[in-house]
Amino acid sequence: MNGPVEERRQHYLNVNYGLKSWLLTIDHKRIAWLYLVGVTFFFFVGGLFATLIRMELLTPQGDLVQAETYNKLFTMHGVTMIFFFLIPSIPAVLGNFLIPLMIGARDLAFPRLNLASWYIYILGGVFTLAAAAAGGVDTGWTFYTPYSSIYSNTHVALTVIGIFITGFSSILTGLNFIVTIHTMRAPGMTWFRLPLFVWAHYATSIIFILGTPVIAITLALVAFERLFGLGIFNPELGGDPLLFQHLFWFYSHPAVYIMILPGMGVISELIACFSRKRVFGYDFVAFSSLAIAVLGFLVWGHHMFVSGQSVYASMIFSLLSMLVAIPSAIKVFNWTATLYKGSISFDAPMIYALGFIGLFTIGGLTGLFLATLGVDIHVHDTYFVIAHFHYIMVGSAVMAYLGGIHFWWPKMTGRKYSEPLARLAAVIIFLGFNLTFFPQFVLGYLGMPRRYHVYPPEFQVLNVMSTAGASILAVGYVLPLAYLIWSLRYGVVAGMNPWKAKGLEWETASPPPTDNFDVTPIVVHEAYAYGEAESQAVYPTGKPANV
Amino acid sequence: MSTLGFPLFPEQASTMAPRVDQLYYFLLGVSVFFATLILILIVAFAIKYRRRSDDEQPQPIVGNLGLEILWTVVPLSLTLVMFVWGARLYFITFYPPSDALEINVVAKQWMWKVQHAEGRSEIDELHIPTGRPVKLIMTSQDVIHDFFVPAFRVKNDVLPGRYTTLWFEATKPGAYRLFCSQYCGTQHSGMIGYIIALEPAEFQTWLSGGAAAVPMATAGENLFRKLGCISCHAANDTGRGPSLAGLLGKAVRLQSGATVTADENYIRDSILEPQAKIVAGYPSIMPTFKGLISEDGIMQIIAYLKSLKREEGAQVKK
Amino acid sequence: MSDSSIVHAHQFDDAEQQHEASWLGMWVFLATEVMFFGGMFLGYTIYRSTYPAAFADASNHLDIWLGTINTAVLIGSSFTMALAVRSAQLGARKPLVLFLILTLVLGALFLGIKFTEYYAKIEENLVPGSNFSFAGPLGRAAEIFFSFYFAMTGMHALHMIIGLALLTAMIVKAGRGRFSSVYNTPVELVGLYWHFVYIVWIFLFPLLYLVGRHLQ
Repeated sequence: MNGPVEERRQHYLNVNYGLKSWLLTIDHKRIAWLYLVGVTFFFFVGGLFATLIRMELLTPQGDLVQAETYNKLFTMHGVTMIFFFLIPSIPAVLGNFLIPLMIGARDLAFPRLNLASWYIYILGGVFTLAAAAAGGVDTGWTFYTPYSSIYSNTHVALTVIGIFITGFSSILTGLNFIVTIHTMRAPGMTWFRLPLFVWAHYATSIIFILGTPVIAITLALVAFERLFGLGIFNPELGGDPLLFQHLFWFYSHPAVYIMILPGMGVISELIACFSRKRVFGYDFVAFSSLAIAVLGFLVWGHHMFVSGQSVYASMIFSLLSMLVAIPSAIKVFNWTATLYKGSISFDAPMIYALGFIGLFTIGGLTGLFLATLGVDIHVHDTYFVIAHFHYIMVGSAVMAYLGGIHFWWPKMTGRKYSEPLARLAAVIIFLGFNLTFFPQFVLGYLGMPRRYHVYPPEFQVLNVMSTAGASILAVGYVLPLAYLIWSLRYGVVAGMNPWKAKGLEWETASPPPTDNFDVTPIVVHEAYAYGEAESQAVYPTGKPANV
Repeated sequence: MSTLGFPLFPEQASTMAPRVDQLYYFLLGVSVFFATLILILIVAFAIKYRRRSDDEQPQPIVGNLGLEILWTVVPLSLTLVMFVWGARLYFITFYPPSDALEINVVAKQWMWKVQHAEGRSEIDELHIPTGRPVKLIMTSQDVIHDFFVPAFRVKNDVLPGRYTTLWFEATKPGAYRLFCSQYCGTQHSGMIGYIIALEPAEFQTWLSGGAAAVPMATAGENLFRKLGCISCHAANDTGRGPSLAGLLGKAVRLQSGATVTADENYIRDSILEPQAKIVAGYPSIMPTFKGLISEDGIMQIIAYLKSLKREEGAQVKK
Repeated sequence: MSDSSIVHAHQFDDAEQQHEASWLGMWVFLATEVMFFGGMFLGYTIYRSTYPAAFADASNHLDIWLGTINTAVLIGSSFTMALAVRSAQLGARKPLVLFLILTLVLGALFLGIKFTEYYAKIEENLVPGSNFSFAGPLGRAAEIFFSFYFAMTGMHALHMIIGLALLTAMIVKAGRGRFSSVYNTPVELVGLYWHFVYIVWIFLFPLLYLVGRHLQ
């Protein structure tokens, strides 16, 4: 199935050429590539800001940049990474590419809305980059009032407009996914035959739909306050700064579940494939995704335990935050149990997946410290929080993203990447990550606050360790950029199913034709039917696809 | 300082610190246990079940209800323990003891202004006695700040437009770092200082030292006259406004029908936004003093009101 | 949205699937709109309970007659929209176009009245910002009321304008005979959108215009 015949076959990449065919495409697979370029760009922009931050923090004094510049750096790092990398990454790249394939459809429900969502994302990004170029914004990505609405002298309005615009990209993506999953599954693809990747994206889409509009209106009100002098959050004019915090976190807490749920979906796929077993406790993992999405809307006040919130509200939020941890724990145990009596191979995607389980466990457990009222008083707004969320967002979400990119790379490109280099990069990333962020737990409990440009000298050694780790991490991230691009031209041609995985996406060519399947599949088996069936579907000629 | 030459754990200098650390160790223990368990299982399974031949096909295993229940119930129980324990500590931290020594703090970009009741004031430093609960009544002149003392394991946001409180009891003398821990603008990381805890006798010496300072209650009384408050708020409810003797902590019935407890925030709101909370039975004629009185002035008036003893037989007019 | 034959877009298996997807898509979109307006309703509710007297005073400065007329206009437009959808379902082209045009006219009338009100508020210096002036001690909280008034009715008006654009597109397509009893999904969906915009007003009107009116 390799060789010249394969090369001449028409598929979604070579069906037509030219910039217009890409910029005006309505093929979900090409749109996924458009997003891939976008998120990769923003990842490295955000990474550049992080590099400068860590370099400054090598010494206790503020000797690399001025205070105001530093404040802009951590703000722009947060804004770029969260809104322009983490939130779109897995859903808009892997979700867009794979969901129609995984459910046996030809495309998403609304392909033109899909393309529009990319343009909206880019437009929002342009606004935000313009704000950065014009001098940046220094409020922190959390835009707390009244600092952001009255006191800051930086480009707040421009930045929040950029985020507001990009929010619509999320909403359209979520809308597309929900409608597609509900109405366009192939015959025989019942809900409980869906891959867990699809369940995870369905849950994520619920959060997209219900949460994003709230941040939109919140940021709009901040912009109005700044531009027109309204007093909605300004106590001088009778407003309430805590109202901003409630509105802001009502979205931004569920947003973190937007950032992790798709990653969990990827991990389910990787663990299953590289253990050659179905995921242990499929139903529980599927329902856990939904539970996380729902409970995630009820815990936002745990960001406000010392903000002036009532003691009873804090107690309720603390209790609910404990509850939201349970479905995540269930998933970790189920993934681990999947390894039991499996047939485990250590290809790069699996290294990322195993690393994910470990780092997510640590990240999730440290979340419990923050949910625990008595301890949170001490560690709130310190480096403990920073370490916690980087374990989830970088140690888990980014690793899941990279694991997914590697796993589906042959499907997306028809090429294999260099496996030894990929494994090396995964290990470098794992080690560099831990060295960067583990010392920050210690720094946080010691009392080093967040967003500090200068710090007391007794904190230096731990900061130096963290920066050393960050340099290693940077190397780890640059490697895949290099060898993945290289593989586009020189990689070994991949067959339909190089990993011998189960799933409808592996039952069509690599790369797939524009309409994904030559014939609409008819699903007859459960997902992950390793050891039970050749393929999940039959095709109207009556034969299963060639594996 | 650890043996490595740099600290790995903050010192314990308050009554709450050991309690917080105890809970922290419990969380740490649970975390280490589960992280190690998962790590060991992953490594063990990865080694024992590594793929030995390319066409290996394991037996499919669907799941196990018993295990699902086990690893739902056990984490749930542990997190509920964490919740209850943490909530109890939080409750204690939230409500200061009634005999606490009260000190006022005004935060502004980018400094801490401390005002002792006896009159001494400090910038970026706070002298306190050991062995006695201290309650801080705090407000901000501009943006949100946060008063954080790692050695005491305590912090609270400091808000513009209202008062927030925090309390602690230092257990040993020393100088403990004070940080602002809510991002507040350019010099956020420069808004730091020290809590200086002294033995009670030394603290008294310090308190009476320094330049001759007017006690807050006295300054408040002067303001009360100077701004004309006394013309309406005379003693024994004989003026146009209610008497303010013994007001702090009393329940007050408002015109809107609601009943509120008169605390520091109530007094501040009544001075700046008098129309918001008119006492039942009184006309809405109190003017606002916004722009005419500073945050320090409001704190002085509050200190003065606290010093007024409740008049015999005085009652809130229905 | 495709043309009037039962041909469906390529990603769908059949026209029924396309209709189901479109319908679900519009409802999901309306859910996002509920959350969007919901944030403002929440903020309004909190401030109203904090400053009841100021909000009542400020509300009484709104023109209750214009507000009432506008409410009647929108109720009427909702009725004509429902009739338009019904006509589409019956395949009655001329009534469909007529009712769409009536809805458009009523919607435009609503906006005209709304902007008249805005203009009056500008003249009365009741637009929040540097020109705001409100007599009496309740002025600060009254400014918050007017901030919400303009934000909420402004967002609503923006959605109405979008609705008018959608209606125009529907009128053009209906005039060209693109809809039939077999295919009228776009009309149905625009109808759903229009009803949503109208329902938001039904909440806005009493909350903004009728605060404490019974006490006057």
